[in-house]
Amino acid sequence: MKPIEIEDIIDGLLSQHNKESSSPLIPVLQAIQNQQGFLSDESLRLVSDKTGASLSRVYGVATFYHQFRLRPEGKHKISICRGTACHVAGATDLYKQLVKELDLSPGEDTSTDGLFTLQEVRCLGACSLAPVVKVDETVYGKMTAKKLQEILAQYREEQQ
Amino acid sequence: MSGEDFLYGEDGIRINVGMSTCGIAAGANPVYTAFVKAVETHEIDAKVVNVGCIGACFAEPLVEIVSYDKPGVLYSNVNPDDAETILGDYLMGKIEKAWAIRDYTGAYQMELNLPVLDELPYFKYQVRDAIENCGIIDPENIDEYIHKGGYKALAKALKMTPEEVIETVIKSGLRGRGGAGFPTGLKWKFTRPVTSDKKYVICNADEGDPGAFMNRLNAEGDPHKILEGLIIAAYAIGASEGFFFVRAEKPLMGKRLQHAVRDALEHGYLGENILDSGFSFKAEVILSAGAFVCGEETALMAAIEGKRAMPTPRPPFPSTKGLWGKPTAINNVETLAHVPKIIRDGPDKFAEVGSEKSKGTKVFCLTGAIQNSGAVEVPLGTALRTLVFDIGGGPYEGRSFKAVQTGGPSGGCLSEEHLDLALDYESLQAAGSIMGSGGVVVMDNTSCTVDVAKFFLGFTTAESCGQCTPCRIGLKRMHEILDRITRGEGKLEDLELLKYMSTGIIDSSLCALGRSAPNPVLTTIKYFEDEYLAHINEKRCPAGVCDALIKGYHVDSELCKSCGICVKECPVGAITQIEPDKKALINSDTCIKCGQCYTACPFNAIKEVW
Repeated sequence: MKPIEIEDIIDGLLSQHNKESSSPLIPVLQAIQNQQGFLSDESLRLVSDKTGASLSRVYGVATFYHQFRLRPEGKHKISICRGTACHVAGATDLYKQLVKELDLSPGEDTSTDGLFTLQEVRCLGACSLAPVVKVDETVYGKMTAKKLQEILAQYREEQQ
Repeated sequence: MSGEDFLYGEDGIRINVGMSTCGIAAGANPVYTAFVKAVETHEIDAKVVNVGCIGACFAEPLVEIVSYDKPGVLYSNVNPDDAETILGDYLMGKIEKAWAIRDYTGAYQMELNLPVLDELPYFKYQVRDAIENCGIIDPENIDEYIHKGGYKALAKALKMTPEEVIETVIKSGLRGRGGAGFPTGLKWKFTRPVTSDKKYVICNADEGDPGAFMNRLNAEGDPHKILEGLIIAAYAIGASEGFFFVRAEKPLMGKRLQHAVRDALEHGYLGENILDSGFSFKAEVILSAGAFVCGEETALMAAIEGKRAMPTPRPPFPSTKGLWGKPTAINNVETLAHVPKIIRDGPDKFAEVGSEKSKGTKVFCLTGAIQNSGAVEVPLGTALRTLVFDIGGGPYEGRSFKAVQTGGPSGGCLSEEHLDLALDYESLQAAGSIMGSGGVVVMDNTSCTVDVAKFFLGFTTAESCGQCTPCRIGLKRMHEILDRITRGEGKLEDLELLKYMSTGIIDSSLCALGRSAPNPVLTTIKYFEDEYLAHINEKRCPAGVCDALIKGYHVDSELCKSCGICVKECPVGAITQIEPDKKALINSDTCIKCGQCYTACPFNAIKEVW
């Protein structure tokens, strides 16, 4: 996204935000991330300039909360639920399977072809369908190793 | 038909489709579309309504067909392909394929063949108050909430003095449903007399406990009830502004609350001079960016102020110095959901159920290795056994009950000996666990309690805000010790060390996150010590979970029935069926020890190699 577009998002939000009630910092970061999928260095600097919050504070907030990420996302976001109900239903094995299937090196969360980003989430609140995996906005419940393979294959096929 | 006309279509029929996050995940969207289409095909004028969740998640997608003069008929696990037949049969008075009926009235043929919903074990023990409207009303239609008696409590409260409102809530015995169980009325009483140019109320909807989704279900299914509770709270303490602090991972909850705020404003329940009382109040929805520590009030307020969510020492308490330094009352979604009824029907009615010190009802989320999972609302003091076995149906066939974790990562693991424990604040605490938000995760013989303790410590380590040392470093070290034990490298002294560290962390952490994080470790050591010892002394995980200890799997050919399920489940094709009798055989070179075959085998023919 061009800096000018990020500026528009920031300006738009700041103009309508009631600063006396709640801070605009987190809503601004949320809006940028919704648009570009992550928070670039450039956008953090812009947020700092426009809100008057120091860059270290903006960075501090961006790295504190789970919602924010500082690296670009793959085309599809796979969220694997690591909540308690999913854990006892075998989410760890599914997670390991995904890391293997996407061939992710330690510290990496996006496949080299840029197709998938793997994200661990705390609880999607659909515990009765455990274990749960969400791809973009679609929730897949009662997941098994086999089903997971089929779903990945389906997204890969669509890509080709 | 009378004043209820708007609830139905021209032909007096209404079709409720449960479309909370859980329902949608189970496939409610295509079901909804299929019913809209079925209504057209059958050429009737019926209203197809997107409702919340009645809590029976195991039965989703769930559909209820109601006629204005007939009791509702419920269909479970509905497939979109069946919509047309279901509706066609219903129109002819044939309902034998249904799951349950609301009541017997003789309105349908052979209705006695169906169970009455409230007599099903899942519903029989429930007393629904907070979630009474969920799955019944259209959460995005304020008129339906008003029709159910909504906003009457607000009108009544505004005619009382704030002090009378507070006294009523104190008298009801309502305690905070978010975790600590602090008396709600007292919280308001402390905030009321503080003089300030501005005061705030906050509804904590940042449901972060894994395994808990009662707030989501409540606010998605009946958002106006929570809003009405918040407005009454604001009037009681004298706040002019309020917030819903909603977890971003639960976006539908935020959307529904936002919708409710907008409609309430249009109807004059929010804004300037509410119902001509002279009281003015505005409410806003804020999306939390996600941090478990926001369950701590001071951290939550820091998040609204745009800071890292780090707790601060108390005192000062939020009631005197809260958001932006102003007096603030923070209440959980479920706490606020009880408020309207307490005001409307009086405090004694609320206190009719519950135990001596824990009045009223509580929503529990029943998940894990259990047949009927979902959300249920029962009187406080209900026995754990009733919840797990009578309501939840117990563990799956062929499995046995092992443990139950209450209160999320801050709670504890209870064992079979606790099944007769009454679910209330005091009893749970005495057993080393907590009520917390009401998450109840059931574990069977395929779950390892050491692994579960490690899981929770992994969670709290990652969620520690990092500002105080015992929590930041202590939990990490404990997690490392647990990891060592699950890899077969544990020492007997580790158990004492874990207990010693737990005490230190509990005594010296700043906030409740650190002070409660060792609970899962302490309770599992206390109630499941044998399992720890098996890992340490025998290098064996009795539940077969800790895969570092498992060298592989083999098939017991005596038990193998050649069904081929394991072959289908194996993600790497490591299992083949050998002629002549097609018994399964695992190739240890390709096997990745994922355990899928072990879990899938219906005959327990797959065994671990230690």
